[in-house]
Amino acid sequence: MITLNSKIPDGPLEKKWTQYKANAKLVSPANKKKIDIIVVGTGISGAPAASTLGEMGYNVKVFCYQDTPRRAHSVAAQGGINAAKNYKNDGDSVYHLFYDVIKGGDFRAREANVYRIAEVSNQVIDHFTAIGVPFAREYGGTLTTRSFGGVQVSRTFYSRGQTGQQVLLGAYSSLSRQIKEGSVTMFPRREMLDLVVVDGKARGIIVRNLITGEIERHSAHAVVLATGGYGTIYYLSTLAVNSNASAAWKAYKRGAAFANPSFVQIHPSSVPQMNEFQSKLTLMSESLRNDGRVWVPKAKGDKRPANEIPDEERDYYLERRYPAFGNLVPRYVASRAANDRCDAGFGVGPTGLAVNLDFRDAINKQGKKAIEDKYGNLFDMYKDITGIDSYVEPMRIYPAGHYTMGGLWVDYDLMTTIPGLFAIGEANFSDHGANRLGASSLMQGAGDGYFILPYTISNYLAPEIKTPRIKTDIPEFQEAEEKAVERINRLLTVKGKQTANDFHKKLGKIMWDYCGMTRNEAGLTEALRLIRELRDEFWNDLIVSGHADELNQELEKAGRVADFLELGELMVNDALNRRESCGAHFREESQTADHEAMRNDDEFAYVAAWEYNSDQPPILHKEELKFEFVELKQRSYK
Amino acid sequence: MKLILKIWKQKNAGSKGGFAKYDLDGIAPEMSFMEMLAYLNQTLIEKGDEPVAYDHDCHEGICGSCGMYINGYPHGPVPGLTTCLLSMRYFKEGETIVVEPWRAKPFPVIKDLIVDRSAMDKIQVAGGFISVTTGAASEANAVLVNKKKSDLAFDASICIGCGACVAACKNASAMLFVSAKISQYALLPQGRPEAKERVRAMVAEMDRQSFGSCSNTGACEAQCPKQIKLFNIARLNREYYKAL
Repeated sequence: MITLNSKIPDGPLEKKWTQYKANAKLVSPANKKKIDIIVVGTGISGAPAASTLGEMGYNVKVFCYQDTPRRAHSVAAQGGINAAKNYKNDGDSVYHLFYDVIKGGDFRAREANVYRIAEVSNQVIDHFTAIGVPFAREYGGTLTTRSFGGVQVSRTFYSRGQTGQQVLLGAYSSLSRQIKEGSVTMFPRREMLDLVVVDGKARGIIVRNLITGEIERHSAHAVVLATGGYGTIYYLSTLAVNSNASAAWKAYKRGAAFANPSFVQIHPSSVPQMNEFQSKLTLMSESLRNDGRVWVPKAKGDKRPANEIPDEERDYYLERRYPAFGNLVPRYVASRAANDRCDAGFGVGPTGLAVNLDFRDAINKQGKKAIEDKYGNLFDMYKDITGIDSYVEPMRIYPAGHYTMGGLWVDYDLMTTIPGLFAIGEANFSDHGANRLGASSLMQGAGDGYFILPYTISNYLAPEIKTPRIKTDIPEFQEAEEKAVERINRLLTVKGKQTANDFHKKLGKIMWDYCGMTRNEAGLTEALRLIRELRDEFWNDLIVSGHADELNQELEKAGRVADFLELGELMVNDALNRRESCGAHFREESQTADHEAMRNDDEFAYVAAWEYNSDQPPILHKEELKFEFVELKQRSYK
Repeated sequence: MKLILKIWKQKNAGSKGGFAKYDLDGIAPEMSFMEMLAYLNQTLIEKGDEPVAYDHDCHEGICGSCGMYINGYPHGPVPGLTTCLLSMRYFKEGETIVVEPWRAKPFPVIKDLIVDRSAMDKIQVAGGFISVTTGAASEANAVLVNKKKSDLAFDASICIGCGACVAACKNASAMLFVSAKISQYALLPQGRPEAKERVRAMVAEMDRQSFGSCSNTGACEAQCPKQIKLFNIARLNREYYKAL
């Protein structure tokens, strides 16, 4: 049975991290050489962690499923990266950034962790700039920022609409430098199949070489998971189609608690689904809502082309419901409002599952050129996908699964409940509470990887300097490898009729319908039944072509879907347990008379950390959230 | 829509490949090329046949995983698009589409349409970085950067590393790829201290990986899904001569 100890340092909020670093144990350069660290994932937390640990002198082994580390899905982040630089002299500070993230997360994150990420945010910008990330600049040569996500200051650094690509390629360049130095060894096209725990400590991983199918054992003194989120559980999401939860899920099954799995951010603006073959929903940046107005027809089922519907017959529902924030309400408010309209039958487009995002008024006021300068690449992308010119008629948008605030439970050291297993970036649960603010994911991932984990992992490793290199011929590796092989064989021998993709689609629909934007007890209970049924069906009717000892993309996919079929159940259990609405989690039973979310701090101001309990229901552990420095407030965007 | 697909099938690097022909009906014009291939694979698996292997991930044109010749063009006939963003409405009913993996010596075939592009990583490892250790950076605004140069650096930095430039080139040259990285760093003051070592190391590694020479045909620029400009190659040459 695990116990949760968040290990938050004592002292005033702004001193905790400084104090921690002052007291953290160090490892001497001679000893670092003798210590191995595994990093799984090369996104905006994994690549920074690996390169920094390599620079420090550790032996680092890095794994990713793609053919090269430069393809991790952080590459697709569009909007930007936040920092408390106050370059615009608009009164920003570390405290303001901290407060916005805590409040944006609807008071379901730890104060100390959030303050720390705000604190290191400035260093992240300094570092990226120094390694050649071309952030946008003013004519005077300084860096510029934009406002993002409805906050009162301008603190988002960006590289046009592809900030994620630029910072990820920056991190990849640093990683390349360490590969050249020899401190980092890169293992691309590897998928983690299991975590190896020896005497209660994480000591290695089992991976499959995706080209040859070979199963490999890799050992280390500590393991870092930087494997991202699990939004692809919805099948259609804004994530890369191969993004998956398997590494985190295997860690969970080896004893790492999984925190707040039901906290999923549904992004309000993606290109809507057009047909059943669609594989993903492409994000249209939130920044579009700065100039676009969201509306549906006032009349149900009005099928006239958008431009033929006069203003008085349009329902600008965000402006109507939220006069103070209008079209700039937070993501989950916008998503839910769109969902409300579509459920009520006012949706537009061929499926009725879309709303209009209209730039007519902005173009009339500012001119086409101004809009083109701001959003040209997004308008082009939208046209590539849909064939529709949004300068002439409104875009159609619809919410899509996007970012998972939930993830592996970690303490202040970013260590999971398995000693020696760390989780960073989106893979952990730590900083975004029940909702993530725009441009905070790159900040958190890079902050974790560059400036937090390197300290905390050294503190853990200091007593490990006497532990010799971990051998891979010990029974724990043997057992884990056998288990991995057995599962591969099981997947290949069902020999049914439905592909992994068929099951993924079905699971995605269950999750979207019952554990998506709004949730209720009856629906969630039904979802539990449906997921269990589907899981049985999977293991009785799955078809996987090909063999284990070759490049086999169907086999990869089947393994990931098998894990999603288990994770889905945990997400639903978590959503059932949390009988309050907070952030992105909306329980219909907990709402005000005018259908706004109602938080319940008396009963639910805690992190729900779930412990795997083999065939029994998972065990819930509660980490009480104490707010010593901020006052809990019910948010209103009216 | 109904299409005839001729797709390169090759079991692994060591075996001999060949074209397989598939008649595929029921293609929707709004499908992307990737979704069309997924649909093809679904029908193949259901029939008990081997699906086609191909790299793909983000499906929004930014990760650089996908890439194949479509009717002889890297990423297909529409300029400025990766394969994953190429819509099937660009093809005609009944058309025959020929799909092949990148054909270039430095990119050996792994399986079907999947090639090994690690030679590009090796060039990056040779010198595609600025040597600043975490923690050593000065305040971000301590170094002012001319906006025009910074914008040009950005235009070069958007390369997604897909390899289309190499595939498009009759010499299998990686000059556009290398020049994009060199340009990004050469244009920024942060990249100047190591400029000479960087360009020497990256060009040497490019040659070692047996990429061909540049003969200025411009095929790379024409086929680059991110439309990276040929003048970056001129800058690479200038940087290289300066470093000799």
